[in-house]
Amino acid sequence: MNAVMHFLSLGRAPGSKTLPFVAILFGVTLLASLGNLLIPETSALHVSTYTITLLGKYLSYALLALSVDVIWGYCGILSLGHGAFFALGGYAMGMYLMRQIGDRGVYGNPILPDFMVFLNWDELPWFWLGMDQFWFAMLMVVFVPGLLAFVFGWLAFHSRVTGVYLSIITQALTYALMLAFFRNEMGFGGNNGLTDFKDLLGFDLQSDTTRVALFAITAVILGGVYVLSQAILKSRFGKVVEAIRDGENRVRFLGYRTERYKVGLFVYSAVIAGIAGALYVPQVGIINPGEFAPLKSIELVVWVAVGGRGTLYGAVVGALLVNYAKTRFTAILPDGWLFILGGLFVLVTLFLPKGLVGLVGQLRSRFKPSKTTEEPAA
Amino acid sequence: MKRLCLWATLWLLTSTALAESLFEQRLGELTEASLAETQSLLEALEAEGDPRLLPLFDALFNGNLYYRDADQTLVAADPNTGDAPYIGILSGEVIASLNEDNVTKVRVNNRLRRYLNDALARLKLTAPDPAIREAAVNELLTQLNADTIAQLDVLRADEQNAKVQQALDTALNLYTAQSSDQVGARVQAIGELSSSLQNAVRNALARLAEDEDAPEAVQNAAAESLNSIEQKFTFYGYVDQLFFGLSLGSVLLLAAFGLAITFGVMGVINMAHGEMLMLGAYTTFVVQQLMPNAINQSIWVAIPMAFLVAGSVGVLIERCVIRFLHGRPLETLLATFGISLILQQLVRTIFSPLNRRVVAPDWLSGSWQINPALSLTFNRLYILIFALIVFALLVLIMKKTALGLQVRAVSQNRAMAKAMGIKTDWVDALTFGLGSGIAGVGGVALSQLTNVGPNLGQSYIIDSFMVVVFGGVGNLYGTLVAAFSLGVANKFLEPITGTVLATTLVLVFIILFIQKRPKGLFPQRGRAAE
Repeated sequence: MNAVMHFLSLGRAPGSKTLPFVAILFGVTLLASLGNLLIPETSALHVSTYTITLLGKYLSYALLALSVDVIWGYCGILSLGHGAFFALGGYAMGMYLMRQIGDRGVYGNPILPDFMVFLNWDELPWFWLGMDQFWFAMLMVVFVPGLLAFVFGWLAFHSRVTGVYLSIITQALTYALMLAFFRNEMGFGGNNGLTDFKDLLGFDLQSDTTRVALFAITAVILGGVYVLSQAILKSRFGKVVEAIRDGENRVRFLGYRTERYKVGLFVYSAVIAGIAGALYVPQVGIINPGEFAPLKSIELVVWVAVGGRGTLYGAVVGALLVNYAKTRFTAILPDGWLFILGGLFVLVTLFLPKGLVGLVGQLRSRFKPSKTTEEPAA
Repeated sequence: MKRLCLWATLWLLTSTALAESLFEQRLGELTEASLAETQSLLEALEAEGDPRLLPLFDALFNGNLYYRDADQTLVAADPNTGDAPYIGILSGEVIASLNEDNVTKVRVNNRLRRYLNDALARLKLTAPDPAIREAAVNELLTQLNADTIAQLDVLRADEQNAKVQQALDTALNLYTAQSSDQVGARVQAIGELSSSLQNAVRNALARLAEDEDAPEAVQNAAAESLNSIEQKFTFYGYVDQLFFGLSLGSVLLLAAFGLAITFGVMGVINMAHGEMLMLGAYTTFVVQQLMPNAINQSIWVAIPMAFLVAGSVGVLIERCVIRFLHGRPLETLLATFGISLILQQLVRTIFSPLNRRVVAPDWLSGSWQINPALSLTFNRLYILIFALIVFALLVLIMKKTALGLQVRAVSQNRAMAKAMGIKTDWVDALTFGLGSGIAGVGGVALSQLTNVGPNLGQSYIIDSFMVVVFGGVGNLYGTLVAAFSLGVANKFLEPITGTVLATTLVLVFIILFIQKRPKGLFPQRGRAAE
């Protein structure tokens, strides 16, 4: 009991929710994995593979939300195009998985994916070369979103595009990419995207063990990124970033090259989004240009807003809650979900500027004095 | 003298009356004549030269001629349906009581059809309406022979109308170019053909230019003329693209006005702006459902209704949500996005997710045929004009009214305007209402071009954001220039790169443009650091 109290108080110390967060994350992951693998299906405690995949999907969404929170919550840059980085990472993973299909496709071509055979292409486009190597594909997962973010961020931040202007052009960016990826000539499968994946590094994607492993890897990466982000944001670099959020001109006048900090953070955030996409694709089994849709990008902003921006665990909580709600509601009331999502946007911005996490904080500070008098030991 | 006049008039009257009765009498015989007799009867009718011959022969040729069983009155069935409504040949009016049960078809055979075909051509060539004569000459261009040319030559001598003269000259020249014995005459005729835009001429010249049997001089002349015709076609092709670009630009303009105003005045981006377009379009649909018998007039009701509906929704959004988010533009963006989702879903729930079709009024359908190579559709033309009228009105409101003055004051310096006693709250609400109302009116225009669906607004919203960003915020002239240049750029890129890539390229261009000129083409001048 004492140890638990100690643990909680550690959690309440300023700025370090890291330990409880990671502990809860890993604990739940472990329980769910064991529940799937060890407990027989007949038992009530069995966790179905469907649930595992769903949880894995949620966790990759949480990682995506984390990437948005890093730049929005800590640097005040509202990107409405983060879905683009997510989808690019996803496409890189999808290309690797496509190449792994080999001659098991419908047309049985050992080199070309089905859709290229269908389009009567003779050889692999240059950007598909090397994607059959896992390490190269993983490099691309990080490199492509990072490069796009660097070029875009460098151009935008150097010409001091800020505020709503930046939001709108990030939205235009993902919209332009969506239109481009819808074209068959782009060589990414057009409208249908990439799907029918068979295995990853030789492991069958349909098997329970692979699913659990993917879920566990997602959890580990989420935990790792969380710790890393926390460290970055606590560092000197992080302090400057927060200062930029609160008064960019002042920071600039103090002699900091604010655009360099912003570009750096933007690239970091895009890379995380790309990794989230790469984790998402093998679990869901498809990547198509719909992931670039501006609606998806803006939806993930609301996850962060609901959870509470400016706190990393808030973003994660928001992503999990909203997506869980979405899964439930679209099953019960398919038409109602957009009402709820729209309502969330309005209500959260009007009444919960700091999200649910902020609400908890508000309630706590309101009730704390009475609580301490009643139960001093707690 | 007086008497003579009287006699003359009387004689004229009786003779026309006689001719009329003769025509009608012969018409009456048509229903009883055997197929063998019909042709001589028709020839006699043609000799009478009556204006009602054209509809009669036309109906007979197309198998649409019937007679009423009761009294053998000749009627023509509707050419589109081959059925009711039937139009009386003599009266030229619809006879409502008829249907397929109480009429009988007048039969024709192939021999008659051949005769009718020629007769129709003759009738059309001598029709009183010059437009019909011109069309008839142009129709003949593909089937010229010595007989028709002899006829056309005679007609040319008497022709008074300049356009028909030109058409006849083209036909005569075309015949000379193809079949004259003298090389010189052919070359000259070919040279004169270079001003024609008829497809038949273009094809004939192309054949001549490739024809191995023709003299070299003729081939060269044909190639030269063809070249000059092709140049004209290319030119009109560009004019056509320009028109489509301007048309797209006018739609973008109507969508972007409201955004430009609200962003200029309040510094907020209204993501629900596209849904105001959608509401305007649905208002048009509802108004049409409410007055199904007056489609042509419904649009005049729809325009103010759409303005009111979208405008009041706009005011409602401003009062209920946006004013609480003052000074937090990013949150406003998110909240209005939520509203747009709710509005879309609302429309989906009420009207079903399927697209609805708004019927275009008669005067909006069809096209203005300028020449064979260029025709402009009326709906796009009117929408272009409409957008310009709205633009002029807005400029007037902004420059000449008290509201405009206050709006400009608030957009330049909110705090100072407030200090001068301007009710900024009220200005905000009205601006928002105005911007949304104009988007609603834009929705009416849009409903004439595309189907009306819940996603209507979304497909235009990103483009209209780009217009605002490109043109510079809060600047109506900037919006005008930006909308038209983006529209035209899009349409000129489309044939080269394809639709999707064109849109993508324009977006990429704007993203790059913003890097260079972050405040748009025509930035508002100010002294603030931020």
